[in-house]
Amino acid sequence: MQKIGVFVCHCGTNIAGTVDVKKVVEMAAKEPGVVHAEDYQYMCSEAGQSKIIAAIQEKGLTGVVVCSCSPRMHEATFRKAAEKAGLNPYMVEIANIREHCSWIHKDMQEATEKAVILARAAIAKVNLNAPLKAGESRVTKRALVIGGGIAGIQSALDIADAGYEVDIVEKTPSIGGRMSQLDKTFPTLDCSACILTPKMVEAAAHEKIHIYTFSEVEKVSGFVGDFTVDIRKKARSVDMDKCTGCGVCSEKCPSKKNPSEFNRGLGNRSAIYIPFAQAIPNVPVIDREQCIKFKTGKCGACSKVCQAGAIDYEQQDEIVTQKYGAIVVATGFDMIKLDKYDEYAYSQSKDVITSLELERLMNAAGPTGGHLERLSDGRAPKNIVFVQCVGSRCADERGKSYCSKICCMYTAKHAMLIRDKYPDTNVTVFYIDVRTPGKNFDEFYRRAVEDYGVNYVKGQVGKVLPQPDGSLLVQASDLLDNRQIKMEADLVVLAAAIEPNPDVRRIATMLTASIDTNNFLTEAHAKLRPVESPTAGIFLSGVCQGPKDIPETVAQAGAAAVKAIGLLAKDKLLTNPCTAQSDELLCNGCSQCANVCPYGAISYEEKLVNDHGIRETRRVAVVNNALCQGCGACTVTCPSGAMDLQGFSNRQIISEVDAICR
Amino acid sequence: MQELRDRVKELLADGTVDRVLGWKAGDLPYNPEAAYFETVESLDEFVYNGFCGANLSKMMIEASKLEGKTLVCLKPCDTYSFNQLITEHRVDREKAYILGVGCKGKLDMEKVRALGIKGVEQVQGAEADGDAEHLTFQTIYGEKNCSYSAAMLERCHVCKGKEHRIYDELIGESKETKDAERFTEVEKIEAMSPEEKFAYFQKELSKCIRCNACRNACPACSCRKCVFDSTKFDSAQKANVDSFEERMFHIIRAFHVAGRCTDCGECSRVCPQGIPLHLFNRKFIKDIDTFYGEYQAGSEADMRGPLVSYTFDDIEPGQTAERG
Amino acid sequence: MSIEANEEFKPKIVAFCCNWCSYAGADLAGSSRLTYPADVKIIRVPCSCRVNPMFILRAFEKGADGVILCGCHPGDCHYTSGNYYARRRMTLLFSMLDFIGVEHGRTRVEWVSAAEGVKFSKTMNEFVEKIYSLGKNVRLEDLRCKS
Repeated sequence: MQKIGVFVCHCGTNIAGTVDVKKVVEMAAKEPGVVHAEDYQYMCSEAGQSKIIAAIQEKGLTGVVVCSCSPRMHEATFRKAAEKAGLNPYMVEIANIREHCSWIHKDMQEATEKAVILARAAIAKVNLNAPLKAGESRVTKRALVIGGGIAGIQSALDIADAGYEVDIVEKTPSIGGRMSQLDKTFPTLDCSACILTPKMVEAAAHEKIHIYTFSEVEKVSGFVGDFTVDIRKKARSVDMDKCTGCGVCSEKCPSKKNPSEFNRGLGNRSAIYIPFAQAIPNVPVIDREQCIKFKTGKCGACSKVCQAGAIDYEQQDEIVTQKYGAIVVATGFDMIKLDKYDEYAYSQSKDVITSLELERLMNAAGPTGGHLERLSDGRAPKNIVFVQCVGSRCADERGKSYCSKICCMYTAKHAMLIRDKYPDTNVTVFYIDVRTPGKNFDEFYRRAVEDYGVNYVKGQVGKVLPQPDGSLLVQASDLLDNRQIKMEADLVVLAAAIEPNPDVRRIATMLTASIDTNNFLTEAHAKLRPVESPTAGIFLSGVCQGPKDIPETVAQAGAAAVKAIGLLAKDKLLTNPCTAQSDELLCNGCSQCANVCPYGAISYEEKLVNDHGIRETRRVAVVNNALCQGCGACTVTCPSGAMDLQGFSNRQIISEVDAICR
Repeated sequence: MQELRDRVKELLADGTVDRVLGWKAGDLPYNPEAAYFETVESLDEFVYNGFCGANLSKMMIEASKLEGKTLVCLKPCDTYSFNQLITEHRVDREKAYILGVGCKGKLDMEKVRALGIKGVEQVQGAEADGDAEHLTFQTIYGEKNCSYSAAMLERCHVCKGKEHRIYDELIGESKETKDAERFTEVEKIEAMSPEEKFAYFQKELSKCIRCNACRNACPACSCRKCVFDSTKFDSAQKANVDSFEERMFHIIRAFHVAGRCTDCGECSRVCPQGIPLHLFNRKFIKDIDTFYGEYQAGSEADMRGPLVSYTFDDIEPGQTAERG
Repeated sequence: MSIEANEEFKPKIVAFCCNWCSYAGADLAGSSRLTYPADVKIIRVPCSCRVNPMFILRAFEKGADGVILCGCHPGDCHYTSGNYYARRRMTLLFSMLDFIGVEHGRTRVEWVSAAEGVKFSKTMNEFVEKIYSLGKNVRLEDLRCKS
């Protein structure tokens, strides 16, 4: 029989205001096994914890029930207190009488009755608790960074600078990410390439960093401290070691009219290509779908001109398996597809473009050499309209409910740059709100309006109609003047919403990291653990967690790196002791549990068992406690009840059910 | 049957197998029972006829632990159970010599009695290898007749087919006996109001005496120790006086075999109280087929069952009320 | 089986909530002061896949009038696949309960994320209302346990 102490917290008036705590103490004291019951103002306080410690020591308690706030809040606190007093921390259970009771009920009698029942359930459970001991697992001192944009590069550099090996896996042929496609950056207007490329070079040259470009994460197994990852190195068709990056192959390649991904399809590239001049590695890749050699078997021009003999048409995908202690996800974002926004005529007119396309048009290395012109006729646009919030802050299902955060600022940048370079151009921005929180951001926006004469109109664009003369008719409303506007434009730029990279779903599934309804990775705590995934050992860097601008991304990348370093610095980790356990006398060896285990934690052994005098060799399930995460899927699949979950055992849960239904 | 008995003797005599698992005659002409035969001489008692309904595959769990090979006689439907047992590592394929025996439908004495044929002393027409369409009973009240089909077990009217799904050797002809739809009875109950459903099962399950015959006969229900006999769930049986216990037992029993039950019908066949226990299993099978695509447990070995798999867009529990 | 007519019906409702999403959603409902009836009592489980049909039948045996299971949204399970298994199990179990005469409305599965305090509260309000409309569940109750 347990000797249980019950501690009822007032939480100031948070609980005591609605729940008669004295009554809860009185009722709890009558429950089987309870030898001590008391209440206190703030159980989580130092003084409250000392009460628990004192009671454990003086009355020799074997179990503790704290009736307080959610176990998600203070379970760890009270477990630590119990441990201080010499009690196994897993002999503590929490009855959540705040979030699940006092905060949602107004009637004192009703809330008190419920609090008593919740206390009873916790007491019934503790009666069946058993001491548990956390196991240990090792930490592989190597980190994986998924995604080679500015977020991934920064995280990798920080981790590597701390002395740990880092691998970057980047899906495209070069690291650099979205930032490499940008022209200038707000609010300082320094050139994106000028600040990014040195970091790219630094990462590539770092002795602790290994970069896998044109590669994808294929499979992840294991757990915090000990992940095993398969990386698929896609066949580049070019030998990385031999290639000198001279670029002659691209020049000579006869298949030239392939839309360039880097230029967002606004320009072309050859079938064998280096995505952009500063690419790292500076090694081309053959697009096998466009390559004449791969399509017809004839050609081989690149191979003929390559003096290094680096072209390898036979190259196969290669799987590299590597162990990691920590994984940083930095998968970034893309613009949403605009096929559902016909009102803006994006698919009908070449002169309706996205902001990211405008970045390429304004970039000196872009398809027009940095000369701003209409893609339809090459004319210089005289009237430019920017449309904000295309798919952002959107109530319907076509777009995203969230604010994409960066559009207000980059539009101010675009408007300013255009007015600066082409002063005779009229620039109008249609906006819902202008959001400029951030250091020097509002000043920047005001400069666009006040110094550069950008015309900001609060209102939404209803329609963009291509005219027979090639111009665009923009119909909009001006909410401040309460009037309808029709204006002619030569170029319309849409601030399309950003969304997480579509690959993130697949990656999150592999990592068992959770994602929200918008496909952003979920943080372990929205405020207090913003760079960690709820899945231990997975860290979040950049826009994969939520919309961010460059400084925020870099800051978060550093924070994620620090968290990863904190993990890698440990030699051993304590494992969750609430794991599944198989009773070998009851196990049928049927393998059903192994089928549902997401961690591959269950294996089978031929084991000699002694079943009440019968000695025989049986096939029985064995749980690897380091791998088991304690979900309990196996326990329900097991028909005989051989598989049970420590800390949430069948009998414990049934005792709670019984207590509630009593 | 002679051919079968001779072949069995031959296999035992030449050392191919170390024992035979088949049937021997019981004390009445219609209750043969499962039996092991260790010697050629003892096989004189070996029988196989229309009353040999028992599914012997479950007995191979124990036989797999014995030295040497065991010859087991399996009817087509029994082989599904055997496959399922292989999937679950409960039997050792290497230790079994599966003799697939022909089947033209197995007989149910309860059906015969329901036809008013009682006091049976002798039966003709129940031989495994005849073409008899009729059964003739010598009873203490004189000779009685009925058609073979009218005396068949419910399960044979919804027969899964005459094909053996796994075997080492086949002997004897099998016949398709399916002449009814498998889910008709389930659908009838589904159409009832909640009150009617409750009353129906109240009536049927109140007959349960918790003799555990269903559990003992079921090839899927083969745990070393049943949860209802263990302390793992606080579910060890109390005196079976209240209606809930039976309900809980039968729902859990059906749930534990859901996705693994081959619908062999042994539970209903062996129930001394005549409770249509197969309805629980068949309800699960029907739901599995409807919601997750047709699935026949045991049609192959090593298949992944529907309750240990999933798809991303499975039906939500709340939607089944409209569709199910 | 008679019901005492003069006693006011206070349903007993057991809610199983997974630790990662739904229990946190319930916490959020609490910290947002979104009320729902006190008839609902929550049992914390690590994952919806931890809920054994035995627990649900046990609740009905002991006099529960409704049982609801809440888990992470499909695709969001902390353990990747737990809620998918739970979904299949509960689909079949609830269909079976309906088959033997326990109305579908007395059982429910709802996916509630840690961010959906509003949904949690709304779901519980709806469910309790449904149980009130169905009335007392006498069907699976072990009558001997009532003193």
